[in-house]
Amino acid sequence: MALFILRRIAIMLFTSLCLTFVVFFLTNLYPNLEKMAKTQGNFRMNDEAVLSFLENRGYLLPLPVKYGEWLGVYPGYVIEGSDGEIRGRCFKSDQIPSEAPRYCGILQGYWGYSTRFKSDVWGIVTTRLGLTGILMFWVMALMVPSALIIGILAGMREGSRTDRSLSTFSIVTTATPEYVSGVILIAVFASSAFGLKWFKGTATAAMDNPNLENFFLPVVTIAIYGMGYIARMTRASMAEVMTAQYIRTARLKGVSFPNIVLKHALRNALIAPFTVIMLQFPWLLNGVVIVETLFNYKGFGWALVQAAGNNDIELLLGVSVVSVFVVLVTQLISDIGYVYLNPRISVT
Amino acid sequence: MSKISYDGPILEIDQLSISFFTRLREIPAVMDFSVVVQPGEAVGLVGESGCGKSTVALGVMQDLGVNGHIVGGKIKFKGQDLGKMSAEQLRDIRGNEIAMIYQEPMASLNPAMKVGKQLIEVPIIHEGVSEKEALRRAKEVLIDVKLPDPERILQSYPHQLSGGQQQRIVIAMALMSKPSLLILDEPTTALDVTVEAAVVDLVKDLGKKYGTSMLFISHNLGLILETCDQICVMYSGEAVETGSISDVFDKMQHPYTQALFRSIPLPGADKNSRPLVAIPGNFPLPHERPSGCNFGPRCNYFKDGLCNTQAIPMNKIKGFERHFSRCSRIDEIDWDTPISNSSQFESLPPGDVVLKIDNLKKYYEVAANALFGSSGTYKTVKANETLSFEARESETLAIVGESGCGKSTFAKVLMGLETATDGGILLDNENIGSTPIEARDTQTVADIQMVFQNPFDTLNPSMTVGRQIVRALEVFKYGQSDDERNDRMLQLLDLVKLPRAFATRMPRQLSGGQKQRVGIARAFAGGARIVVADEPVSALDVSVQAAVTDLLMEIQRKEKTTLLFISHDLSIVRYLSDRVMVMYLGHVVELGTTDQVFSPPYHPYTEALLSAVPIADTSIEKKHIVLEGDIPSAMNPPSGCPFQTRCRWKKDVPGSLCETEVPPIKTLDGGHQIKCHLVKSKLEKMEPVIKIAAE
Ligand SMILES: Nc1ncnc2c1ncn2[C@@H]1O[C@H](COP(=O)(O)OP(=O)(O)OP(=O)(O)O)[C@@H](O)[C@H]1O
Ligand code: SF4
Ligand code: SF4
Ligand SMILES: [Mg+2]
Repeated sequence: MALFILRRIAIMLFTSLCLTFVVFFLTNLYPNLEKMAKTQGNFRMNDEAVLSFLENRGYLLPLPVKYGEWLGVYPGYVIEGSDGEIRGRCFKSDQIPSEAPRYCGILQGYWGYSTRFKSDVWGIVTTRLGLTGILMFWVMALMVPSALIIGILAGMREGSRTDRSLSTFSIVTTATPEYVSGVILIAVFASSAFGLKWFKGTATAAMDNPNLENFFLPVVTIAIYGMGYIARMTRASMAEVMTAQYIRTARLKGVSFPNIVLKHALRNALIAPFTVIMLQFPWLLNGVVIVETLFNYKGFGWALVQAAGNNDIELLLGVSVVSVFVVLVTQLISDIGYVYLNPRISVT
Repeated sequence: MSKISYDGPILEIDQLSISFFTRLREIPAVMDFSVVVQPGEAVGLVGESGCGKSTVALGVMQDLGVNGHIVGGKIKFKGQDLGKMSAEQLRDIRGNEIAMIYQEPMASLNPAMKVGKQLIEVPIIHEGVSEKEALRRAKEVLIDVKLPDPERILQSYPHQLSGGQQQRIVIAMALMSKPSLLILDEPTTALDVTVEAAVVDLVKDLGKKYGTSMLFISHNLGLILETCDQICVMYSGEAVETGSISDVFDKMQHPYTQALFRSIPLPGADKNSRPLVAIPGNFPLPHERPSGCNFGPRCNYFKDGLCNTQAIPMNKIKGFERHFSRCSRIDEIDWDTPISNSSQFESLPPGDVVLKIDNLKKYYEVAANALFGSSGTYKTVKANETLSFEARESETLAIVGESGCGKSTFAKVLMGLETATDGGILLDNENIGSTPIEARDTQTVADIQMVFQNPFDTLNPSMTVGRQIVRALEVFKYGQSDDERNDRMLQLLDLVKLPRAFATRMPRQLSGGQKQRVGIARAFAGGARIVVADEPVSALDVSVQAAVTDLLMEIQRKEKTTLLFISHDLSIVRYLSDRVMVMYLGHVVELGTTDQVFSPPYHPYTEALLSAVPIADTSIEKKHIVLEGDIPSAMNPPSGCPFQTRCRWKKDVPGSLCETEVPPIKTLDGGHQIKCHLVKSKLEKMEPVIKIAAE
């Protein structure tokens, strides 16, 4: 088991390295750097000024060197700029340069500085992730039970009317992307178009004080999309289990139908969808980007959009590392949970 | 719920008809079926696959699925009509009054639920007892079904138990509420013979102990004889003969029953002096039944105008109390005529040695940890441990043993599908043991051919029968031109007694027996000198088994082939083989002529195996030997003698020799070999297992 987890962690580290290197490469393309310099400094900077701006801040060092610095395996730059000021990657504003550490990268716990938010990447990532975590929690809390219930109700009597209507519903929801369902939901429940105005079309207030009114629509928008898929998986799995021999055994033992479903079929039927639920996480993160932007909820997805829009190199890198981490941790949980649910597989 | 008290018959099935409705047509699966089960009685239901046995069982359970319906007749349980009961009443009866045991134990236990939980459910539902009380009862029943260590078993998941143990759990579950009626649907088909014998024994004893009536479904007449009081023979959806075991076995009154008994190898049948009589033709599909008597087209006593005009009713046999037969000519047929058999053959003297196996070993390396493997630890599975024997021209050598004994592995090595780990296979003094099939020359490949167990997946479904045989001829480089090969193909069809018109048929248009004939034709296409038949008839229906076996024998006689016949069925082995090799866990434990192996002295394993095989003959007396426990896993074989964990003779060997040392091969009179530590005087004291009772 320990070996298995270790191997998963190694894969995670390797993936993070590859991904961050790609992000690093793209964000360090000169046109992107130039754009960033202009937003940071002054939009009317001439080419020369841009060059010295970048030069002074160590942006023009060779790519591997910069990547090494970010990782913390290469000493941070210390450059005496063309304007005479000495800048160093590891200098903090209130620190005497000579006391600054030589290395400052991920390995030293220094995640960098966001040029967009003018603050520490680590701080931004954690607060935004926390906000998104709240969103995801409610999404899961709504999506998983409803999807499982729909799937089980549909699958327990395959071909019945309940099955057909629930299956249609699931297909429709998976086929509708978040930006469509989000807009429709806002139009129906939050605008004057239908006069319903039950919920708010923006979730900004939910960041401090989430409640049904301001949080319901974004949660539903994401949940509804993921729900259809899980429900269909559960239905297929349930329908298969219901035809198994051991269900017949249970029936002929005199077990009542509700108990057959709950005690005999459920656990077996959940083995397949469980993996799917865990693998939904990456896709949900995807949806989070759209929904957070749409509802102006300043979470992780929103931060990603901001970082990408402003070529905020270190924030983007931070976001990438955290995303890889989230995806792989969910996979690990999914594997372990699978083993737990399915007694036929044992890890040791 | 308490049990219904009632004095009459436990189960009365009266003119029951069940149909399945598909998009295309109505399939009448069971027609006009009647049977009565008295309290404490065991009724056997025999018939070939597809004749409707399980449908009757599910009909009794009222669990026919969405498309199955009872279209006529009544099923009364303790006097109450099951068809008129509400879902609730049925639930009270299922598991409480009527319990059912199925063929595949693994599939009928919930894989994600501990055995204990599955067991205690029954009394909790039906009697509302507390969990503690239910657990206590579960333990009691587990002891009754002779499972060791009930505490541990209750805490196990089904996959942690062996097939035999699982089947005992299923039986225990059925007995939890002490039902009045137990329906067993081929309860032992998935088990090995020695395990089957123990399970059958158990069912019989428990039936007596609890006074349970039983409906025992099987295709094996021998098993029915051992377990039941009454028998009902089914053919194509109908009961054709019912009566007590002795009436039906000894004074049968229906041509099908008679034909069935003549086609199974009973002791006394012999391939040369008293060959089996196969039932001609094939079993009709439900929608292709003839008018009048269903058995008409295959019946020797068929009479036009009498047998094919109207449906034949069940007739009571005069002078018997509960003996019925569905035949209109009962009184006209002389039931005592001896088998008017035709052909008797000279037994052929075996010729030169063609195949010599010399200390052959085959080991497999398997990763000890399958899921997260590759971490280094390997285990060796010794599938074949030093095999040595010779096979001669026109000889039939049977290889007998239960699952995992290494029979199929040996066949694979011989065919070149695997290579030997050590030792040699000498074909005409040339060692081919380590030559894989790709590296063998055409002649060697053509010389050693195989007939497989399952005819259904060895033929290419998208190629005509003729084309497949011609392909084989091409591979063996037979003939100069296509015409020549075509001629040979037609001759081969003649050889296996298929009409020449079958050359243009697709495999799916053939029945199982016909497919197996095509497989045989293909094996003999290149003039094979050695044919390995791996359970060639065990996937076929009883009534066609005899025909295929006889065909194989006939071709062998004609072509002087060496036949290696792999089987677990000792009856058929005794019938057709010249010499027998008994294997257990990769070891050859006994080798000798058929007479030597089937009469004492035996190897202790052979003795148990012989006692375990059910024989459908009322005049046979068998010694009762029940082996404890299951066959050990080949991954983890016992030390010393492979059979020591189950051997009843072990105590007659001094010291702990059996546990510590693999016994040497002892050669007795006439070249009879036994791998056992027992001294000669002990071996000589063994009594025959099978005795024909004096009339
Ligand atoms: N490819 C393989 N890898 C590992 N082990 C194998 C392999 N093939 C066979 N074995 C093992 O070798 C032993 C003998 O197997 P084999 O299939 O020859 O038995 P068998 O007598 O033919 O059984 P059955 O009657 O069930 O067909 C078994 O324990 C089996 O698990
Ligand atoms: S009714 Fe005729 S065809 Fe049918 S079994 Fe009797 S004799 Fe044979
Ligand atoms: S060697 Fe011992 S354990 Fe093995 S069969 Fe002979 S008596 Fe039994
Ligand atoms: Mg096999």
